[in-house]
Amino acid sequence: MDLKEKLVTSFLAFENNIDIDSPVHDIRSEAIKAFETNGFPSKKEEAWKYTSLNNVLKHDYSVFPNQENALEYKDIKKYFIHDIDTYKIIFIDGKYSSHLSQVTHDGLDVCLMSSALNKDKYRPVIENYFNKLAPKDSLTSLNTAFSNEGAYIHIPKNKLVEKPIQIIHFSTGNETALMLQPRNLIVVDENSHVQIIERHQSLTNNPVLTNSVTEIFADKRAIIDYYKIQNDNKNASLIDSTFVHQKDQTNCFVHTFSFGGKLTRNNLNFYQNGEHMDSTMKGITIIGDKQHVDHNTLVHHIEPNCESHQDYKGIFADSSTGVFNGKVLVDKLAQKTNAFQSNNNILLSDKASINTKPQLEIFADDVKCSHGCTIGQLDESALFYMKQRGIPEKEARALLMFAFSNNVLNSVKIPELKQRITNIIATKLGVNIGFDL
Amino acid sequence: MLQIKDLHASVEEKSILRGINLEVKAGEVHAIMGPNGSGKSTLASVIAGKEEYEVDKGSIFLEGEDIEELAAEERAHKGVFLSFQYPVEIPGVSVTNFIKTAINETRKAKGLGDMPAKDMLKMIRDKAEMLEIDRKFLSRSLNVGFSGGEKKRNEIFQMAMLEPKLAILDETDSGLDIDALRIVANGVNKLKSKDNAVVLITHYQRLLDYIKPDFVHVLYNGRIVKSGGPELAHELEEKGYDWIKEEADA
Repeated sequence: MDLKEKLVTSFLAFENNIDIDSPVHDIRSEAIKAFETNGFPSKKEEAWKYTSLNNVLKHDYSVFPNQENALEYKDIKKYFIHDIDTYKIIFIDGKYSSHLSQVTHDGLDVCLMSSALNKDKYRPVIENYFNKLAPKDSLTSLNTAFSNEGAYIHIPKNKLVEKPIQIIHFSTGNETALMLQPRNLIVVDENSHVQIIERHQSLTNNPVLTNSVTEIFADKRAIIDYYKIQNDNKNASLIDSTFVHQKDQTNCFVHTFSFGGKLTRNNLNFYQNGEHMDSTMKGITIIGDKQHVDHNTLVHHIEPNCESHQDYKGIFADSSTGVFNGKVLVDKLAQKTNAFQSNNNILLSDKASINTKPQLEIFADDVKCSHGCTIGQLDESALFYMKQRGIPEKEARALLMFAFSNNVLNSVKIPELKQRITNIIATKLGVNIGFDL
Repeated sequence: MLQIKDLHASVEEKSILRGINLEVKAGEVHAIMGPNGSGKSTLASVIAGKEEYEVDKGSIFLEGEDIEELAAEERAHKGVFLSFQYPVEIPGVSVTNFIKTAINETRKAKGLGDMPAKDMLKMIRDKAEMLEIDRKFLSRSLNVGFSGGEKKRNEIFQMAMLEPKLAILDETDSGLDIDALRIVANGVNKLKSKDNAVVLITHYQRLLDYIKPDFVHVLYNGRIVKSGGPELAHELEEKGYDWIKEEADA
């Protein structure tokens, strides 16, 4: 039985396990039908031309493990940003771990999707927002069909959330192969501000496939600062679909740091429904071996006077492959749009490759839109210059690569997180130097 | 300090140095002059260990040790410093952090720990002051958007920080106005001691008014064709290089 069949047949059992009267029952049933019709995306589809899921889909994944697995904090502490106080929503093999989490209902809701879907007091928010943004494509539909667990964050208006929120999904490797489908909903009301850090981490080399969907709603003047750390083991793959809906005068930032994993696909979509807002998406990708990272972005400028900024840096070693597909859509109404997109890449080996494709569709006539992409190698003359000053080859290369990605790192607003990413990059590049540039 | 014996070097199979012999002792300043294309910058790069250059024959000794097989960074650790004719721009790396990394990597190679931050800061402040370098300048990206004069002053600043045994200054005077030239020369003069040596590579005599050489060598067609005292530089300034070429080609 292939994975698609297995998922479709598992759906009935899944539905029986959870409350059939849930308001999302109909949504789930429709979604599984959409998945059954469409199946997994193939390279024949334009959006998947450079990313094949074949190698990832061949495993016999356990689709919803029943076993409760526990982890000791000391063993996984290193995956947390632990030097500052944070809210934590932690999952182990897809199940919520109350032991490791720190949630709250005190003036804001930082809790679980499973409670939000089942408890009456969350019903208005669920009815207003759940699945309102996620499109009906096959992978998102698949996630919707099995949507049950994940993070639920609702920040009421005029609230500055002082502690960042960490969402971490651990997989223990107790299953030979595991598929996870977290579903997150984040609703930030007027004038509120929140910082969120998301991470997926497998603890063994058993294959893991995560098909994650996150819907984010920013009401007027809200500020959302979202960080994704993708530094998973070499047998873990991630399809991350994030949809951000912004209203007037909002500021939303998504930083994606992709260093690990076998295959990573980021679908990052911004919909600007209002004026005078700013959408920023930045990323650093540093991969090697046969790793694959695909960034698929969309900014839809719907109304006038808005901005978007995209800045993605990629460094590819060995036989790794990268994809950047950045779409900027400017509607006829969206005059005075400022949209900037930049994608710079360094290929460290003859076998590494990057496919980069800016896609600008502009229907308004008074806009400023720019895009630029570069593909190059490390500057040999700069390397000699650094070596002449006593910096060894490996450190010199690392310093150049670090400098190349530095302006993305500079916009990280949580200092401890910035330090952590810096350390991950140093480890990744095999050097032990403080890059406090 | 530096001993070069019958050095032949080429780049992409094109022979550039054709038998250089040179001995520089500690405490000495040598000037290497010569017309364009004579091999001056190649000689500097070969001593510093640039990989594109192939040493076909001969040897280079630093304090009696053959450094021919050493990588550029190992030569730097042993005290070779090259002030570049065209310093490279490195966006995203500040002057301060670049020099900190260079110093600490050099210390690491010698089995020492990092220089304490307090000492490093003091040293940076003192040397910057000596070269009349503004503090703001130190937090800028290395050489990015620097004027010609700023780039050269920054080279000498790094030299002052690294305290090399052998400093090779490749066309350090080019692109400098008279004030910058004076500051740079002053810096070099202050760094000179009986334990280190300076090799000045220059096309013009101008720099030598400020940094007095003990010996002047003329490089032509990959060979040192004439050596002498400081008076040779004046002669070249007056008569140009044609008479040297004629003598050598004869």
